[in-house]
Amino acid sequence: MSEIDSQTAMDRADTGALEIAYVREQMEHPRPAPASEVGVMGWMRKNLFDGWFNTALTLIAIWLLYLILPGIIQFNFIDAVWTSIVDGENIERRACATIAQGGIQPDGWHGACWPYIGAYFKQFVFGRYPDELLWRPIAVFVLFFAGLIPMAIPSVPFKRENIIYMTLVFPVAAFILLTGGNLDYNGFLLPDSMIGEGFTKFWIDYIILTAIVCGIAWVLARSTDSNPKGPVLTALAIMAGLAVILLLTMVDFGLRYVETSQWGGFLMTLVIAVTGIAASLPLGIVLALGRRSQMPIVRLLSVIFIEFWRGVPLITVLFMSSVLLPLFLPDGVSFDKLLRALIGVALFSAAYMAEVVRGGLQAIPKGQYEGAMALGLSYWQMTQKIILPQALKIVIPGIVNTFIGLFKDTTLVSIIGLLDFLGMINSSHSDSSWATPVQAITSYIFCAAVFWVFCYAMARYSNYMERRLDTGHR
Amino acid sequence: MKKQIVSAAFGVAVLGAATAAGAATLDDVKAKGFVQCGVSQGLPGFSNPDAAGNWTGIDVDLCRGIAAAVFGDATKVKYTPLSAKERFTALQSGEVDVLSRNTTWTMSRDTQLGLNFAGVNYYDGQGFMVRKDLGVKSALELSGASVCTNTGTTTELNVADYFRANKMEYEIVAFEKADEVVAAYDAGRCDVYTTDQSGLYAQRLKLTNPADHVVLPEVISKEPLGPVVRQGDDQWFNIVKWTHFAMINAEELGITSANVDEMKNSDNPEVKRVLGTEGEFGTALGIGNDWAYNVIKQVGNYSEVFDRNVGPDTELAISRGVNALWSKGGLQYAPPIR
Amino acid sequence: MALTESASVDDKPKVALLNDPKIRGAIIQTILVIFLAWLVWSMVHNAAFNLAKAGIASGFGFLDRSAGFDVNFSPFLEFGQTSTNWDAYLVGLQNTLILAFIGVIFATIIGFIVGVARLSQNWVISKIAYWYVEILRNIPLLLQIFIWYKGVGAFLPDKRNPMDLGFLGQLNAAGLFAPKPVFADGAGVVGWALLAGIVITIFIGRWASARQMKTGERFPVFWTGLGLIVLLPVLSYFIMGMPISAEYPVTGNFGPRGGMQVIPEFIAMLLALSLYTAAFIAEIVRAGILAVNKGQSEASAALGLRRGPALRLVVVPQAMRVIIPPLTSQYLNLTKNSSLAVAIAYPDLTAMFAGTALNTVGQAVEILLMTMLTYLAISLLTSTFMNWYNKRMALVER
Repeated sequence: MSEIDSQTAMDRADTGALEIAYVREQMEHPRPAPASEVGVMGWMRKNLFDGWFNTALTLIAIWLLYLILPGIIQFNFIDAVWTSIVDGENIERRACATIAQGGIQPDGWHGACWPYIGAYFKQFVFGRYPDELLWRPIAVFVLFFAGLIPMAIPSVPFKRENIIYMTLVFPVAAFILLTGGNLDYNGFLLPDSMIGEGFTKFWIDYIILTAIVCGIAWVLARSTDSNPKGPVLTALAIMAGLAVILLLTMVDFGLRYVETSQWGGFLMTLVIAVTGIAASLPLGIVLALGRRSQMPIVRLLSVIFIEFWRGVPLITVLFMSSVLLPLFLPDGVSFDKLLRALIGVALFSAAYMAEVVRGGLQAIPKGQYEGAMALGLSYWQMTQKIILPQALKIVIPGIVNTFIGLFKDTTLVSIIGLLDFLGMINSSHSDSSWATPVQAITSYIFCAAVFWVFCYAMARYSNYMERRLDTGHR
Repeated sequence: MKKQIVSAAFGVAVLGAATAAGAATLDDVKAKGFVQCGVSQGLPGFSNPDAAGNWTGIDVDLCRGIAAAVFGDATKVKYTPLSAKERFTALQSGEVDVLSRNTTWTMSRDTQLGLNFAGVNYYDGQGFMVRKDLGVKSALELSGASVCTNTGTTTELNVADYFRANKMEYEIVAFEKADEVVAAYDAGRCDVYTTDQSGLYAQRLKLTNPADHVVLPEVISKEPLGPVVRQGDDQWFNIVKWTHFAMINAEELGITSANVDEMKNSDNPEVKRVLGTEGEFGTALGIGNDWAYNVIKQVGNYSEVFDRNVGPDTELAISRGVNALWSKGGLQYAPPIR
Repeated sequence: MALTESASVDDKPKVALLNDPKIRGAIIQTILVIFLAWLVWSMVHNAAFNLAKAGIASGFGFLDRSAGFDVNFSPFLEFGQTSTNWDAYLVGLQNTLILAFIGVIFATIIGFIVGVARLSQNWVISKIAYWYVEILRNIPLLLQIFIWYKGVGAFLPDKRNPMDLGFLGQLNAAGLFAPKPVFADGAGVVGWALLAGIVITIFIGRWASARQMKTGERFPVFWTGLGLIVLLPVLSYFIMGMPISAEYPVTGNFGPRGGMQVIPEFIAMLLALSLYTAAFIAEIVRAGILAVNKGQSEASAALGLRRGPALRLVVVPQAMRVIIPPLTSQYLNLTKNSSLAVAIAYPDLTAMFAGTALNTVGQAVEILLMTMLTYLAISLLTSTFMNWYNKRMALVER
């Protein structure tokens, strides 16, 4: 059409008849797009039924969803049992069993058994922590999230105080609350023959240790020609801080001692994951620096350490820490079962953390190193003031991802017999008062939902931080 | 014997969970004020925690007996639940003072693992449990069945020997934890569940429908279960051994927790020696002379312990059988206290 | 004398030894080595002391001793009455490798499909792929294994009322009882025919690509190859008088017997491992494809390639360079994660050797050391191979 139009227009121009009535002076109003291109229909045509192949895919997908989704909804909500109280009596497992299985449901019934989760909820969250002391783990949860949430939101002020709270105040408070504090220290340096074991001996030992540490700081400072005052004071401050923490754990707050074998459930999952990440971060930084060090032996040892832990499965590490570690300790010293698992988890995740941090170190432009050296900064000054702050900032998403991995991997401790969240769930299956064919799947759905919510939230946070931090570079 | 390195000491201090196990276990136990006892992760009748975390069972009562003998107070025990895999290392490393966890006495465990079995507190034998509706009457009809059991226990080895000896085919499905074995059997993964017969009765309680299952008559092995201690500490070995013997002797002499106070005035020299009113037997063990009195008073004699935990009136409903006294046709026999 | 004087004249403080980076490095490393040596020595010393005190045997003599236990899954190796602990190690290793190998194949296929699907323009498909990834990778693997094994497994029919899957065999709570191929005389010929078909196809492929390079003419390699690989064995099968038959399971006292039993532990492990790892692979594939310059796909569109060929011929080969390194670590993760089999009694290396054998033998140091070193060796070998492959890919792309 338009071709013919222009043809005639040209013809007219050729013939000299300059009638410009055919030249448009105004833009024509755009016609609305055809109904097949806009709105729901258009969107569907474009995104769902674009060609026979796509149409087929869409139909297959919808058919698959039709097969799966209604079943899931049916099982979890419609057919699910919500209460086990029938006629004022708690009938427990019979509420979730078919008649053939000795229950009240019709034959062929399948549905989630939520009252079982309700009955075990306390155990799933706190393990076998004594009932009357439950306020203590609850307080720990509150303290933890009260510190974590403001730290995770970039716009909240007082980041420095927040970090101090999370790295110093919270761990000590959580430790005292969970165990009960009121520890005894017997001493560690001097032989028993000098002073009998006990409070005095421990603090005499501690003072001697402080003196030794300060002495080392002084010697180091002297031998590198710097002013010894600063390092010695730093060492003194660290030792004093440690002493305060030790003293606090010795104070009798009137809290009853709760053995770690009574901890469990989600509480233990969090304890292992948080302690694991907190211990592996410094260790991972040291290893990453070691791997990029100029010193060949340091580098070699770091590489061996990292590659060894990354090359073996976590479960063998846990077996090692639960079975072998006691053999490696001196005669007469043994670690708590939880502590042993923590050591295994920390060493394992330190290797992964080291690789994450190394990624950050490699991402720092060379000019930063050169600039720092040109300013005459020493290696530690450079690392501490220039490199690490930048590198760690870049790897925050990586650290969060490592944490997600660790958080999921804590479930493995159930294999070595610790009653973490999953371990507690598995152990609840042996209770005959709730034993039904749907018991296992119900508890796993619950467990999966909890893990999913936490991991997905953290993954989204990690994405968000990645985008936020991305601006400063390149 | 306290060679503690600084780092280890710090680690220990951090969780406050040091258990010092030097050469003399008794001294360490006395110093820390309780007996650390390794038990199972939950086996009704032998060692099983209730919802409040209180442990009961035959094995647990033995631990309580040891505490009563050492401290005169049966409550001074702490329990460490152990898996089959961990149990020996936990004992070897000194994490527990005594392992009382339905553990079978075998020669290799005596000679290769550095352990000492301090007697037999339950004579058991391995049996089979099947679903009633299979219609199986004897273990010899089990050819082609799949068998669920615990991994790395003597039961797994016995079942292999039994099926091979009788030229029967079978499929073994071996799990790490007892709970998992029961769950798999309950879910229909296996046709047969095998473990010590006492365990079969105990675990049957955990099944969805206990009445649907039957224990077959065959006993295919000898499973003497008893407390275990480390080698090289004869004093502690003796204390554990004689705590058990004291309970049996008490049953033989008719001393019970109810009448033990009256029996103290008995003229019978044997009773007098047991209850410490004559002789210095306790002192020779390194503990109080009234050790056996405390054991009987606070825990009871062997028949009380048996009846309370696994006997005919309990859910397990096991008769004494071979665990009766030697004088009543059983195997329980204790050397005299003299 | 002169030296000291000149120093004091310059008023330069004498340079401390520790300020020389070389000397300082040497000192620090010496201290580190001494410290580590002390740590290792004290650990070995403690272990030796503890083992000696407890009277535990040591050494590797246990490997030659008879194992005494049985195993229910060993496709290639024989394991019976006279088998030793070393055989148990080999069977465990075999089962780990089988699981890892099949798992890797499944995970790769599913991962690539989901990864490409996430970039699909089809809204439903890309949303399904998105939720697949987000759900699967945010739930602990061990939990997924339990869900498949205990959760879904609980709905499998009783052993004596199996679900009939037709020619695939029967499915019940004790696993999949698939038909087992039975080879009679002459079955070897069929195998050789299959091999010959594959070899000829490879040669044709080489010849065809050489010809295409030279003349630009294309040759239908795919269809020819398919014909060869299918036709040759089928022809020889009939010529040899049908030497391969399937042995179907029959009903015995305790449900199906015979055939090829695939135990449910294996199925659950395979499902969980491949679906979980596929979620990570999908993300890697997506990132790899996105990393390819947009101009590449625009250019191939401009050349008239449709989306499918453009993806296959232009985008994916370039994306592979980005994909392979993280893919390697996913393969290694899958292999290491196969050790979770210990939780549901699939007799892999960890369950069989570091589990059953360890429990019967009791020599934890030797057995755990062997197990860990085996996994380490598998990891190192795999990453070496994948590095080599990656290098080759990179060179081809030049």
